[in-house]
Amino acid sequence: MPMNDAVMLELDGIGCEYDGTRVVQGLSVRVRRGQVICLLGPSGCGKTTVLRAIAGFQALSCGRIYLRGQAVSEAGRTVAPERRGIGMVFQDYALFPHLDVLDNITFGLQKQTRAQRKQTAEKLLHMVDLHPIANRFPHELSGGQQQRVALARALAAKPDLVLLDEPFSSLDGDLRERLGQDVKSILKQQGITAVMVTHDQHEAFGMGDMVGVINHGRLLQWDTPFNLYHNPAERFVADFIGQGRFIDAILDTPDSLRTEFGIIQADRAFLWPPGTRVELLLRPDDILHDEAASLRGRIIKKAFKGAETLYTIKMPDGTELLSLFPSHLDFNLGDDVGLRIAADHVVAFSTPKREENPEYASTPST
Amino acid sequence: MTDTRGRIESISAGNRLEIHLSGRWEVGYAAELEIALAQLSPPVDQPVLIDLSGLDRLDTTGAWLIHRGSEALRSPRRSVTLSGARAEHEQLIARVSGLYQPCEIQPPAGNALIRLVARLGENALTVLDTAASFTAFIGLTTVTLLRSLLHPRRLRFNAITVHMEATGINALPIVSLISFLIGIVMVYQSAFQLTRFGAQIFVIDLLAFSVLRELGVLLTSIVVAGRSGSAFAAEIGSMKLHEEIDAMRALGMDPVEILVLPRILSLMVVLPLLVFTADVMALLGGAIMCWISLDIAPDLFLQRLRSAVDLPTFWIGIVKAPFFAGLIALTGCYEGLQVSGSAESVGQRTTRAVVESIFLVIVADALFSVVFTILGL
Repeated sequence: MPMNDAVMLELDGIGCEYDGTRVVQGLSVRVRRGQVICLLGPSGCGKTTVLRAIAGFQALSCGRIYLRGQAVSEAGRTVAPERRGIGMVFQDYALFPHLDVLDNITFGLQKQTRAQRKQTAEKLLHMVDLHPIANRFPHELSGGQQQRVALARALAAKPDLVLLDEPFSSLDGDLRERLGQDVKSILKQQGITAVMVTHDQHEAFGMGDMVGVINHGRLLQWDTPFNLYHNPAERFVADFIGQGRFIDAILDTPDSLRTEFGIIQADRAFLWPPGTRVELLLRPDDILHDEAASLRGRIIKKAFKGAETLYTIKMPDGTELLSLFPSHLDFNLGDDVGLRIAADHVVAFSTPKREENPEYASTPST
Repeated sequence: MTDTRGRIESISAGNRLEIHLSGRWEVGYAAELEIALAQLSPPVDQPVLIDLSGLDRLDTTGAWLIHRGSEALRSPRRSVTLSGARAEHEQLIARVSGLYQPCEIQPPAGNALIRLVARLGENALTVLDTAASFTAFIGLTTVTLLRSLLHPRRLRFNAITVHMEATGINALPIVSLISFLIGIVMVYQSAFQLTRFGAQIFVIDLLAFSVLRELGVLLTSIVVAGRSGSAFAAEIGSMKLHEEIDAMRALGMDPVEILVLPRILSLMVVLPLLVFTADVMALLGGAIMCWISLDIAPDLFLQRLRSAVDLPTFWIGIVKAPFFAGLIALTGCYEGLQVSGSAESVGQRTTRAVVESIFLVIVADALFSVVFTILGL
């Protein structure tokens, strides 16, 4: 296997099974040194299993994992986690409750001398900003502080790869965002490669240089956050990432789509033949308020978001659309509003053909 | 029109078998067609050609029958080809064959008796699996212990002392009380029987022999299994649940070295001392009871005790203690490490740790009896 020095971690078609059920299949990813990547997916999609396989807690049923160019996992052989030289931050932090912050951080450094340990701990405490509470116990700390301790502990042995398992899931939104940025800057500063698992797309977009979307144990798309949002490769990705609704459309020419709400001009040419039925993704920012427009709908749901308000609008034909209006335009439920569709990035998927479905099949008789 | 029902004809043509399907392959004829399909049994290595050109009508049931029938005929040494289908039929068959969903929940098979036997077999295999993995765990612990003994600095003396306090000193009151009461009960019961033969004085022999050789060590071990074996399983189990053990391993630390060895070593040191205490307390209880109910004064009791038992009898009891301690601690730690999933699992594993360690202690005691008998002790 030719390996590039710049590749830190490579998953080569890995598969995992629990009692004969495949939870991860044929997943391949290559992570370069210094990259921070996120695995994103709904709960139960197998993303945590992938992380545990990288750490060495989960055996593979097929495929291989290469760490720093060495095969560390394959079917029937797993290098123990303690021999992989990785740091890991667990979902519920897994701090040792009977040790104070300092001892928690230096727990993995028992081979070092006392002076060395103290020096490392000083540096780490400084890095995660925990100096004042070095002698407190985990149960005396807030969630955010515990999170910082867990990170410091994972970094103590100076690993070049850190795995983070839904690290911010038990924190509130504001703190989550701030801590996420802190963690990312620490990782980048130290040049540490990181793999993070999360079900929160904002977290993934904020942290990841690259994001992999996983569903049912398969990697659906491996891309930058921008492309995932604006250029999803599959309907699931489009649906899972961001908000939006699908509407039916028919391809007139390669770059224009006919919908209930008029012709929509695409910024790209589609490869399907004209006449193909497609599903068109309309994100809330694709639909603008325009009282002069002939296209009208009735507001059925309203969610105030501060600067903007997210409205769910029912169109005369029953389709529901989502739209973001500036929040000074305040409408009530049941109000009739005019809309204009201004889709910059047009995302469409071909509709699965009803005719092929045997439930609807009619066989000609003789 | 003639009979339109679905039909199957098979013709041997040269070295291959041709199966001609004709008529209406629809749900109304499915039952008979299924039987007819099942009766096809061509020679093993003869290629099969299924000709669909005669089909009048086809619905999803028919398409499914054709797909399943052709898959049943297919084998590594026999190729099966479908040919001559009209476009719409081909499409339907392709569509149906892609929709195959194996049934995940199997209906319970067989009658109650067969299920009982099957469960017995499954459980027996589970027990074998557990025994194998427990043996592997003993091996792993032994290797880790030897490695630690080579580098004594890696032994965690702080942890050992903490566990010695928890499993030893804190167990003193309950072990003492139970042994004291057992001494009283032994004397009371045996005095009642032996008085009928005028052999009251042998009460002391009986008490000393049974307490020193068996009861002291066995009772203490059972109490410690209930107290400390369960505590080990619960402590380690909840650490497993909170991913603390995974965290340790990710930090490059060996949980066997950090969690299991200190517990085993401390219990192996402490249990013989507890057994000694138990022996003393049982004899004390017995002596008091002798004095009260049989009028045997303490000095006479001591005199009789000295002539009844010798030092080896005492040692036979004590020497078993470290082995029992090892079994209790190993079982507790093993079950703790087996915890997975939910908090419920901690409870189950704790219960299992207690039951298994008491069972193992009694089995080991029986083995010791056999060995000591052979050695003539």
